[in-house]
This record gives sequence, structure tokens and C-alpha cells, in this order.
Amino acid sequence: MQLDGKVPGGHISEKWDKYRFDLKLVNPSNKRKFNIIVVGTGLAGGSASASLAELGYNVKTFCIQDSPRRAHSIAAQGGINAAKNYPNDGDSTWRLFYDTVKGGDFRSREANVYRLAQVSSNIIDQCVAQGVPFARDYGGLLANRSFGGAQVSRTFYARGQTGQQLLLGAYSALSRQINAGKVTMFPRREMLDLVVINNQARGIIVRNLITGELESHDADAVVLCTGGYVNVFFLSTNAMACNVTAAFRACKKGAFFANPCFTQIHPTCIPMHGTFQSKLTLMSESLRNDGRVWVPKNPGDKRPANQIPESERDYYLENKYPSFGNLVPRDVASRNAKEQCDVGKGVGETGLAVYLDFEEAIKRDGKNVIEKKYGNLFQMYEKITAANPYETPMMIYPAMHYAMGGLWVDYNLMSNLEGLFVLGEANFSDHGANRLGASALMQGLADGYFVIPYTIGGYLAGTSRKDITSDHPAFKDATQAVNTRINKLLSINGKRTVDDFHRELGQTLWNHCGMARNEAGLKKAKEHIKGLREEFWQNVKVPGDEKDFNQSLERAGRVADFLEFSEIMVDDALERKESCGGHFNEAYQTDENEALRDDENFCHVAAWEFKGENNKPEFHKEPLVFENVKLTQRSYK
Amino acid sequence: MTKNINLTLKVWRQKGPNVKGRLETYYANDISTDMSFLEMIDVVNEQLTLEDKEPIAFDHDCREGICGMCGAVINGRAHGPEKGTTLCQLHMRHFSDKDVIVIEPWRARAFKIIKDLVVDRSALDTIIQAGGYVSVDTGGAQDANSIAIPQEIAELAMDAAACIGCGACVAACPNASAMLFTSAKISQLALLPQGKPEAALRAIAMVNVMDKLGFGNCTNEKECEAECPKEISIINIARMNREFLKAGLISTVK
Ligand SMILES: Cc1cc2nc3c(=O)[nH]c(=O)nc-3n(C[C@H](O)[C@H](O)[C@H](O)COP(=O)(O)OP(=O)(O)OC[C@H]3O[C@@H](n4cnc5c(N)ncnc54)[C@H](O)[C@@H]3O)c2cc1C
Ligand code: FES
Repeated sequence: MQLDGKVPGGHISEKWDKYRFDLKLVNPSNKRKFNIIVVGTGLAGGSASASLAELGYNVKTFCIQDSPRRAHSIAAQGGINAAKNYPNDGDSTWRLFYDTVKGGDFRSREANVYRLAQVSSNIIDQCVAQGVPFARDYGGLLANRSFGGAQVSRTFYARGQTGQQLLLGAYSALSRQINAGKVTMFPRREMLDLVVINNQARGIIVRNLITGELESHDADAVVLCTGGYVNVFFLSTNAMACNVTAAFRACKKGAFFANPCFTQIHPTCIPMHGTFQSKLTLMSESLRNDGRVWVPKNPGDKRPANQIPESERDYYLENKYPSFGNLVPRDVASRNAKEQCDVGKGVGETGLAVYLDFEEAIKRDGKNVIEKKYGNLFQMYEKITAANPYETPMMIYPAMHYAMGGLWVDYNLMSNLEGLFVLGEANFSDHGANRLGASALMQGLADGYFVIPYTIGGYLAGTSRKDITSDHPAFKDATQAVNTRINKLLSINGKRTVDDFHRELGQTLWNHCGMARNEAGLKKAKEHIKGLREEFWQNVKVPGDEKDFNQSLERAGRVADFLEFSEIMVDDALERKESCGGHFNEAYQTDENEALRDDENFCHVAAWEFKGENNKPEFHKEPLVFENVKLTQRSYK
Repeated sequence: MTKNINLTLKVWRQKGPNVKGRLETYYANDISTDMSFLEMIDVVNEQLTLEDKEPIAFDHDCREGICGMCGAVINGRAHGPEKGTTLCQLHMRHFSDKDVIVIEPWRARAFKIIKDLVVDRSALDTIIQAGGYVSVDTGGAQDANSIAIPQEIAELAMDAAACIGCGACVAACPNASAMLFTSAKISQLALLPQGKPEAALRAIAMVNVMDKLGFGNCTNEKECEAECPKEISIINIARMNREFLKAGLISTVK
């Protein structure tokens, strides 16, 4: 089936304005008759819940953590992009649009990206009005910095805690609506199924994580804002509770999963140190503005950094990419780090690290300036590694970080299942095969504050829905299925822990579906995952009870879904016989080892339909048309 | 230098809010000093699982000191011995071989124990819901640069806004007061021009709710500031009191 992104007509710069005018409106006094479920309280879910409630809808909002303020968005450090052009350095809506399409290696949908660039400025206005304390310059106006993959300074930031401050802004707006009685908040709930009636999404089944009770909630529309899935790799920069469960359950109920093999590896993370490690820590990419990346020129040089003279250091990014230097996009920076380590030039105990050096910046600007910019990051680095980056260069290595893939959505952010909307990292549309730094925060807030309030109205006003409540048999069936699965997990009583399975799955994916991929490896991974999944269902050990606070059971359910989902990921990687952005298939590269796209055959979104366990998912295609940005080989030289 | 150490843990185990809990002893052997405290508990939990025992329940998520989800009292100190550090960022290199470590949940009248080290901190959300925001709807905000804010004011607001809502201040306070938490939000918004119009209403509403929720009074013990992993200053409490008094004097709100 060919998928229709429902992109409206007209010139790209006029599409959104015209479309908003054409959308049906819901009469203000009717809005309170509609119930909307929002799952997730990150930037996407928090902003959507608040904005929909302000319009008058009845909103029920769910999250896993004990408070909506703790969603994974809180951990974003570096910043948020907006085409304000305050520094007068040549930025514009058009340039942000262009950079994002190119940065995504031409695998995103032009019209969505343009809209994102358009509303980016409104986001900053909104956040400042909420009291978000962005960094300011001496004149009291907002400060900007540049970020990986951009040659203009368009990134707004709040120290190294931008995600925290933006999320607390959205959380404050959400709290205001909870106080006003327009949002009912359900924390410590995990969505375990989507309820579909007459081909429309009409509700969810959640587990109360304190009591273990299963609850049914009905609605006129369901908005998933459940974040990304790179915890499938076990080790990643994501918070521990990040999962694919909500999205994958929706996929099993008919929503298509788009481009699951597009995952992003972040170049500046603290290297791994032992098998007990539970997660990897990101060092904001903003560090690359002042830090210089290097390795020893000679493979196997094990001298400490300060004993390696300047002439024996290889600043490989600056040498290879003179115009972008250390600021090349993430996929390029990550792959180059791997290349250096593969030839034996890696540093540190494991040889799986490169230096990020601030010596020159400290000499140039003074320690105070560097401390003001990055103080909390340096402190975090020192806490974890016990090394002082003011004195010795940091050691960094790439780590799994972000999922560009996600549930397929059209221009309305609605999936192929009517009434199921997907926002933020959980959808797929704006970042193509590689996301540029500081653009996920922008997308989450664009979707929640400025897109969904319009498009959901069009859906609610324009479709008819049956009157149902959670007494409908579809809710009973879904609850029963969830219950059966939980009991199965608890009854296996095997010999291996959930984390043990998860770690093995992650290692397999990292080896074969990570920074570089090839057909033989992917096939091997597929076989391996299948065996691992079978073993999981016979040999996992999940202690504790069903009707209790049971974190082992929570993790078991998530890992079970990761195991199933990862096969689709590998299928997708196998099917995409080209390299683009984060998907680097070794068989397709230029002479200079850059990703080589095949626009003739793969300029499309691959959207997968679930066809039952052990069956290959069915492939659907949305062709991508580039009318405004010319398809070219990306170059950052 | 990385090395491995052996520890004795005394961990608070409690099945649920209405049953009695007690300290149980566990041994954590061969713990690398590069591990974080939570990774050490992970190791113990893996062991307990394989021994058919129930793992220790504890809250955590980001494991990088920003979400505010983790927290426990370690040898009598909220988030453990290191200054300005959350439990997830506390590394085992700060402990020695053969140490005995007592691990207990936050204890406060307003925080009920859910299980083991997990407590119910929803009262903190309730305080924010009472007024911890600027009343602005989505859309219609003016250009972000139309009001200049002196850099030092913005920085002070950011200092207050850095609170992660973990509840350590409440756990550390002999009166289980939530003053530091509440004052941080009131200060942040009162410092900024955007938050000024509602400053009086906000201070009254938030302080009233805080009192109703069973948090204690501030008697200037300063334990909150000492244990706050984000080093939020008690100057915020002074600022809050000022706002509250001003509010009482000039407010038309009854
Ligand atoms: C360390 C780090 C630094 C980053 N820095 C930046 C940066 O500087 N700039 C930038 O633009 N981007 C950054 N990113 C990326 C960005 O933070 C995320 O992509 C973005 O915050 C995702 O927001 P979200 O609202 O889509 O999802 P999340 O914030 O992940 O929220 C997901 C929500 O869904 C809930 N949820 C999930 N599953 C379920 C379920 N089954 N049932 C119920 N609820 C569920 C969760 O409880 C949570 O509330 C960073 C990411 C990381 C990991
Ligand atoms: S787990 Fe997030 S602050 Fe410790």
C-alpha cells in the first residue's frame, strides 16, 4: 500500500497557514464534550496536555514516573533551536528548514520540517512568557550558541539544563490546568494496550504501578507522546524507563512503524567502563563548540595526553572537514570516532575513546568563561570519571541516543489508525535519517503547543464516532490479553534475569545494527534475536506479585516488547539497501567513507505493518518528494 | 584508581504503606569503585532475584542527577555523604572496603512509604499546582526579546529554577518542612518580570497548600540547604517570606 502523508497543496511557505484556515473548527462550547487521552508528559505530552486543556477539552494524562515533571525530556542539556535570527548571522525559517532537511540526509517530509521551522520562534516566545530562565547576554537579551551541523547561532539554552527548564515550563502549564480541573493526571501508570473500536483509537489499558490494577480509559482520541526506543540497545543515554511498549502495542493494533532502523548515535558520551554499567552519560554536544577532538597520530600510542606533543596529535575532524571542523553532524562525528578506534588510535583503558580537549579554549578565553559555559558539564564529568577536564582532556565515545524512527504519522500527526495521534520522539516525521542537535526539544514543543491543538480539532469535528464507554467489550478483551501476558511472565520462573536478557539483546544490536551495519551481520542478529526471544519466554525469572509495586515485572514487559520490536528494526535495516544518516550500511559508501544514498530506490519512508508474531511485517511505502531542497550528496568539508 | 570492595548493607524493607518495615542485612561483594550507588543496588537486586527473593524497590530514572526521581537516606544523610550529589551520581569510590551502609527511605509526614525505599511525593506536585506557574495560555506570547532581563536577575532565577524536586530538603529537615522546595519556585517566578503580576497570589496560594499538606515549619536549621543535591540556597526562603509578607500587606486577595 502506498501511504499518503496528506500534505496540503500550495507553496511550502503557505501550506500551514492555509491548512489551518481550511481545518474544521470545534465550537468552543462543544470542546468540553470531547475527551482526549495524552500518554506521556515529556515536552510533547506536557505541552499538548496543557494546550488542549486550555482550549477546553477534557484531558486525561498518563505517565510512568511519580510526577509528570520527571519525563526523560528533563535530561536534555544543550539547547533548543529557533529561527529567530537574533544574532543577525543569516538565519531564517528557510535556512532552519534547509539545514534540518539536509541534516536528516533527505529522508524527512519537507512540509513537516518547514512547519517546524515556522513555529520554532513561537516556542521561544511561549517559554519566555512562562518564566523559563534562558541564558542572557549582558544587555539582558537572549543569548544564542551554535550547535552541531549548523553554521549559525540559533540555539537557545539554560546553562546545561535546557531540557529541564523547558520541561518545567510545560509542567507548570500542565499543573495550572490540573488545578483548573481540565486535566486529570494519572502518574505511575504504564500504558499496556491501545483499544481500537471500528478502526478508531478509543482508549487505553494502563497498569497502576503502585497497586498493579489494570485500568480502562476511553476517549475520543488518543495522543501518544511516549518518547523514543533506543533503550532497546540496553546501554544508551536515555532514562531507564524509556521504552517502546506504548508505541509497539499500538503497532500491534494496526499502527504502522516507520523507519525503525534510523537510530542516532551521539558522539560525545562518557566511555563505558564495566559490565555492570546501567546507562551511558551524554556530555552535551555544545562542548564541541570549544573542545577539539583528537587522537594520537600513531596507533597504539599509550602515553598520557599531556605527554603527546602537538605534532603527534591528529585533529581528525578539523583536518577532514575544514569548514565544519568539530561541528560536523552527529552521524559523521560518531562514525569518524569509531574509525579512529578501529585502526588502534583509540585512547583510555579500553581504547574505545577519543579526546575532547579544552586546553586551547581555556588559554584563549580564560577558565572563567569556560566554567560559565560548561561548568556543570565539567562537574558531571568529574563526578563520574574522577578526572578533571580543566586539566586533562575529556575522553568521549559515541553512544546510542535518539530514535528518528517512530510511529508513522501524516501531516496532522495522526497515524494510519484514525484518532491515534503521535507526537515528539515517538513519531518519525521531522528528522529523517539523522537528527541535528537541539532540534528534538524544538519538535516536541512544536508538536504539543502549536500543531496538535489545530489538527485534533479538525479530526474531532470532521469524523463521526460511536458513543462508547470503557464497558465496551473491546476494553474487556484488551484487559484480558494484558492480564494473560502478565501472568505468563510471572509464572515462567526460569533461571535468567530480565536485565541479563536485555543486556544480551543490546550487545547484539550494537554489534550488528549499530554504528555500522552489513547484510551478513544483520542476518546473524535476526537469528540471534529470535532465539533469545524464545529463550526469554521459557527461561526468564520475574519475582514478585502481579497486584503489587513490582519493578521487575515492569521491566520484563518492556524487554519482551523490545525483543519483538528489534526484529522489525533489523528487517528495516536489511530492506534499506543504501546508507543514509544514522543508517550506515558498509556496502554503500563513497570513496571517502561517507554515507552513500540511493535516491532512485530508497527516497521513501518505510512503514511496517505488524502481521503476527513470527511473521514478517508488511512493508508500506511513503515516497518522499523534494521540491524545495535539492537532493544532493551531503558535504561538510 | 579502580578497585573492588565488599560492603554490608542494612536496607529498609517494607511491603506496603500500612505494614511495619525493618532493616534487613545484605552483602554486596566485589563492588567496583567505578560503579554508582544505584548500580551497586542493581547488583544486589540481581543476586536477590536469582536467590528467589524480592529485589529492593527504589525509584530512579535518569541516573544523571536531573530528574529528581532517586533518593534515599544513606547513613543518616539524604543522598549520601557527597555534597551537591544525587544518589544516582554518588560513586562507590567514596566508600571503603568493609563499610556498613544503612539505606533508608525519605521520612516525612507528607511522604507516605509505598514500598521499601519508594515514597509518595505527590504533595510536591500539589504545591506547584496551587500556583507555581505564570498564567499564560499557549499562543499570543509577545516576542521573547521584548522585555530585557538583566543577566544577574536571569542567573538568580536560574539558580532557583535548578531544583529537581527530589524531596531531599524535606527528608533532611528535622521538621520535614518543604520551605526550600516551595521557595525556590516562588523566587524564580518573583524574580522574573513575567512572574511579577501574580507574585502575591502565588505566594499565598502555594504557602497555604504547603501548610495543609502536613509539611512542618521552618525553624532555620539549614539542613535542607546542606543536603540539597542542587545546592539551592536558603536565600530563597527569605525571598519567599518577603513575598508572602508583601502579599499580606498589599494583597486584595482574602
Ligand atoms: C541525555 C540527553 C540529552 C539530550 N539533549 C538534547 C538537546 O540538548 N536538545 C535537543 O533538542 N534534544 C536533546 N535530547 C533529545 C530530547 O531530549 C528528546 O528527544 C525529547 O525530550 C523527547 O521528548 P518526548 O516528549 O517525545 O518524550 P519523553 O520526554 O521521553 O517523554 C516520554 C513520556 O512518556 C511516558 N511514557 C513512556 N512510555 C509510556 C507508557 N508505556 N505508558 C505511560 N507513559 C509512558 C513517560 O513517562 C514520559 O512522561 C537529549 C536526549 C538525551 C537522552
Ligand atoms: S535518577 Fe534522576 S536524579 Fe537520580
